[in-house]
Amino acid sequence: MHIAINMEERMETLTNVEKANITFLEEAEKRSGEKLSLCYQCLKCTAGCPTAPYMDIRPNSLIRMIQMGMKKEVLESGAIWFCVYCQTCGTRCPNEIHIGILMDALREMAMEEGVHAKEKNIHLFHEAFIQSVRRGGRAHEVTMLMDYMLRSRDLMKGSLIPGVKLFLKGKFPLLPSFVKGKVEIKRIFEKCTKEK
Amino acid sequence: MSFAVIRAVRNLGGFIMKFSYFPGCTDHSSSYEYGRSTEAVLEVLGVDLVEIEDWNCCGAAATHSLNRLLSLCLPARNISKAQSAQAGPLVVPCAGCFSYLKRTENVLKNDEAGRKEIEEIVGFTYQPSLEILALMDVILNRIGLEKVQEKVKNSLKGLKVACYYGCALVRHPKITQLDDPENPQYLDRLMKSLGAEPVEWSYKVDCCGADLAMTYSDVVKKLVGKIVSMAKEAGAQCIVTSCGLCQMNLEMRQDVGLPILYFTELMGIAFDVEKRENWLKRHLISPKGLLESLGLG
Repeated sequence: MHIAINMEERMETLTNVEKANITFLEEAEKRSGEKLSLCYQCLKCTAGCPTAPYMDIRPNSLIRMIQMGMKKEVLESGAIWFCVYCQTCGTRCPNEIHIGILMDALREMAMEEGVHAKEKNIHLFHEAFIQSVRRGGRAHEVTMLMDYMLRSRDLMKGSLIPGVKLFLKGKFPLLPSFVKGKVEIKRIFEKCTKEK
Repeated sequence: MSFAVIRAVRNLGGFIMKFSYFPGCTDHSSSYEYGRSTEAVLEVLGVDLVEIEDWNCCGAAATHSLNRLLSLCLPARNISKAQSAQAGPLVVPCAGCFSYLKRTENVLKNDEAGRKEIEEIVGFTYQPSLEILALMDVILNRIGLEKVQEKVKNSLKGLKVACYYGCALVRHPKITQLDDPENPQYLDRLMKSLGAEPVEWSYKVDCCGADLAMTYSDVVKKLVGKIVSMAKEAGAQCIVTSCGLCQMNLEMRQDVGLPILYFTELMGIAFDVEKRENWLKRHLISPKGLLESLGLG
């Protein structure tokens, strides 16, 4: 008996629900370039993940859910926002699945589908950082943090005192440093956001 | 054979090595100590740094989190600038910037469709001959530890350091191609060459929590707390690092008062760089007491 089944032949015999499940797995594999179907749940990713204790779904479960086609649950999870791309999982995976790259792809898919980010502030912080680069070509801590605080209404209580200390040490300059080639930066931003 | 020739040429007196230099956005702000000490020690080592003209942000963690294409194109503009400068390999001190430049380089080298898309957007033609190197790699493998040792005036004898590599330098190893991802030795070897004693500990590649510090500072506090307390338990008097974000997190989010220094700062102290006061005074946890106790103040 052939164990490897031709995908097209198999698709014909599947129900619509099953087809949708396979489509999400294929989509996630295509977008990330990672072979997620290889995962056999060894749990090395979750064991080494620094933020797994704070995730609503652990990395290994997330991959299983993708295999099972649970698109809504995956894209609406907080876990995809909690990954800090430390790449411990991808380095240790016996099947060489680079989960950090997968997380990037899942966040992009969530945004394209208009899913409201479960970790709103993490999303807004990234957004504020990117806007800071868009404005001047270089990141500027002070304006970026102000932008984030205004967007999120997060007063950043945990960072306020150490932030002021850094400022007093002259490590948070008030004036930003801009690139000269603002037109080039603008062009890159336009081209990279238009195709989305 | 060719290596022997290069080595011979390098050892000739007065020979100056030249590199393109990407300082990164935090060079004059939150990583002030790293930027100034890097410039100072490379000057002592006879390295000529040519800053890339009009460089831009590498995109950092935020960009790849939301927009993959943008996160590849922002570093590509810097690569194109380094290519036109023709000032030698591109050296990057910040571990984060280094990893994002390498991530783009990996696509430019190994994914033809991706390369064409990036080239079209940024408007350049990629030349694979441009090398992108971490500063630590340059010091160990291009300049060499013999030369570093020659320049040591104040041995760091008696100083116990915990070498903290963090994530970006060693992971993903296929992309950064630098040292062992689980038990790297570069920093340890460098510290030994300065006379310091690196301690054995298990947290050298654990993540500090990176930019979650801004949104979930309590999570980062826990992660940092573990790293710092383990370094202390291993007998370290300070932690050395090569990443701006790691340094800031480790220094800001701990309550045990363990100094966190860039490896270049300790090189500067060992080389007896006069200007070192300019950067040492910027630390939130002052290393002065520690340095004075060892006669290095």
